[in-house]
Amino acid sequence: MTRPRIALPGPGLLSGYDPTEYFCEMLSPRDDAAAELAAIAARLNALDPDDLRRRAARAEKELFDLGITFTVYSDKDAIDRILPFDVLPRVITPGEWSRLEAGIVQRVTAINLFLADLYGDQNILADKVVPADLVLGNANFHSFMRGMKVPCGTYSHVCGIDLIRDQQGLFRVLEDNARTPSGVSYVVENRNLMLQCFPDLMEGTRVRAVDDYGLMLRRALEEIAPQGVDDPTVVLLSPGIYNSAFFEHVFLAREMGVPLVEGRDLVVENDRVTMLTTTGRAPVHSIYRRIDDAFLDPRVFRPDSMLGVPGLMEAYRKGNVSLANAPGTGVADDKAVYAYMPRIIKYYLGQDAILPNVETFICREAEGLKYTLDNLEHLVVKPVGESGGYGMILGPKATRSEIDEFRAKLKADPANYISQPMIGLSVSPTLTDKGTQPRHVDFRPFAVTGASTRVLAGGLTRVAMKEGSLVVNSSQGGGSKDTWVLAGDA
Amino acid sequence: MTELLARNADCITWLARYMERAENLARILGVAETFARDRAGRNWRAVVQINADEERFFARHREADARTVPHFYILDPDNPNSILSSVKAARENARTLRPMISIEMWRQINRMNSWMAGLSSNAVAPANLAALCEEIKEACQLHVGITEGTFYRDQAHYFYHLGKSVERADQTTRLLDIKYHTLLPRPEDVGSALDISHWNALLKAVAGYQASRRVMAGKITPRSVAAFLLFSDSFPRSVILCVRQMDWLLSQLRTRYHLRGGVKALELLDELRAALTDQTIDQVIDLGLHEFIDWVQRQLMLIFAEIQESFCVSRQPQ
Repeated sequence: MTRPRIALPGPGLLSGYDPTEYFCEMLSPRDDAAAELAAIAARLNALDPDDLRRRAARAEKELFDLGITFTVYSDKDAIDRILPFDVLPRVITPGEWSRLEAGIVQRVTAINLFLADLYGDQNILADKVVPADLVLGNANFHSFMRGMKVPCGTYSHVCGIDLIRDQQGLFRVLEDNARTPSGVSYVVENRNLMLQCFPDLMEGTRVRAVDDYGLMLRRALEEIAPQGVDDPTVVLLSPGIYNSAFFEHVFLAREMGVPLVEGRDLVVENDRVTMLTTTGRAPVHSIYRRIDDAFLDPRVFRPDSMLGVPGLMEAYRKGNVSLANAPGTGVADDKAVYAYMPRIIKYYLGQDAILPNVETFICREAEGLKYTLDNLEHLVVKPVGESGGYGMILGPKATRSEIDEFRAKLKADPANYISQPMIGLSVSPTLTDKGTQPRHVDFRPFAVTGASTRVLAGGLTRVAMKEGSLVVNSSQGGGSKDTWVLAGDA
Repeated sequence: MTELLARNADCITWLARYMERAENLARILGVAETFARDRAGRNWRAVVQINADEERFFARHREADARTVPHFYILDPDNPNSILSSVKAARENARTLRPMISIEMWRQINRMNSWMAGLSSNAVAPANLAALCEEIKEACQLHVGITEGTFYRDQAHYFYHLGKSVERADQTTRLLDIKYHTLLPRPEDVGSALDISHWNALLKAVAGYQASRRVMAGKITPRSVAAFLLFSDSFPRSVILCVRQMDWLLSQLRTRYHLRGGVKALELLDELRAALTDQTIDQVIDLGLHEFIDWVQRQLMLIFAEIQESFCVSRQPQ
């Protein structure tokens, strides 16, 4: 199949580039911004590959120097790794963005209404729209949260929606991340790097800014502060420097201008949270926590947690401190619940989902299981509780024996799996050893919700650096790109 | 961010201490190199002695010489007092403090740490040692300059300088000790060209050469140098200047930022200041300079412990 492509003015960086049957984030035409897309493609095409490579190397060194790294621990050493940065940007047009933004706001609104219902009257279970056992039997459903009123009715304050683009160019939701999605620091730092190392690339292009994320987040955290607190103290709670995402915690604390605290800095006294300062104890009102539920409070969750704060949950329950995200949001981003999300949106908002799911077969349902077993070699099958691309099988790429082995696992525990057709993810031109080549990408925008939902005009474009690979996870060799959301006519 | 976390106050004092320590160790190794050149390598052992590292050092090396001592103090990752370990520790503290220190401060420490970690043992070979010590010193000074120019002047800034002053005072006493006590010249050498050149080397190591020339008007004697390093009101590395600085910083923290603790530390500082101002160098030397230096070092430890106890304690895991 030959796809229409934006014409290039002459030979250059993109000459040998062929996206084949996939949608190309650079060269496939869109409904809007045609002139601007053509201008960007022409400008990239005119770049000298050697110069680009030199500058890319400098950008990588800068990432190391600035410590924009995640730490991988082996038995003996701590190795700082960077998320590989590809210098060729991914472009989103104003028309695409307004649809994405509306779809994300819709989805996040539904997720928060869903959580408020699950921890309230549970109407959606009574109405049998979502199976009760799927929710009540879920390890991430905390009965502790039942009956509690949270400020602004918001549970998932920071939500990352993973999107992919299929061969028709349609954005689809692949996964919801309603707990503590990470990666936003790379969105902002990739842009900083772009502005520093490739200012000429951006010249004349109106790209929407991403550097207001910290202020967005801080504002949301102030909005959810306990009632009656005029000038709330916001903190970021981190597990500490040994956490692999510590850089992101640093980044967010810095961008918000708030203290980065660890559990040992906080003390609960009379159900109020205080932090230990040089002048004594100072009150804390809103906590953006980057610690998993299980470690938050040893009195309620894991008793062996050294990272948490004893008494935190009681202070939270009394409404003396706010937590973002709320405990127990994991029940909403479960891969099995995901399959019900279009119905959940319809149930609470009376609307069809603006951003469709990837077609999903639920193996806990007899029909879905049968279809999955009959078509294993065509499907992607994923365990519902895993993330990071672990434990799944890509049917079209698996061997006969791998499929047989997986079939046995699936039959033994069908409720643990969902399946989806294999999607031909869109590609974006990427600088490789073999020149400019198509590589598959996905997209994670970030939505922040306090009293209302705001979406950062950008997001994390992850790229599978290996030829032909569909796996974009950083733990499996993925990199990232700067994402340019073009400003509309203003 | 007006509040300062107790844990961050601790980190910032240690960050300053480790960087100051790395700089001073580079200075000591630089001067030891000069002494050793003159005295057929007999004086490397003195570096080990003034750092009270005999046990750890001789568990690893049989001889204290031009190869083992610089390696032990610059590159040995298992020596917690090596420059490599100090810079690494400074960087760990800086990592914790990243949201509050300037990006430029962090970047420079991070780069220095990567540079140190990549050095081969050839870098500390006798032919390269002086140049390496110079580079390390300059990297530390770059840190100081960036800090001066970019670090926001709130409480954290005062704690930074408290850490720096206590370390610097301690290190100056050690440098003085290396010459005055450990390298005590043979009686026939006192006042000889060799002896004078050692004192000159020492003064150069602490960057006090020019100033001391002007102040001492050509009378470079062991006593005048000791007095300069201990009592000079104007020399930035003198012990009394560091002590006065600490006293001022602590008082500022209490008045400007309403920190309530630290009374005991102020008392100890007062006592130390009196000991440094109420005696002449002759009195100190008659009573024993080494003993006096020992006492000063112990006082500094007590003062630092008091500061930590008063302001820097976070919750112990239960």
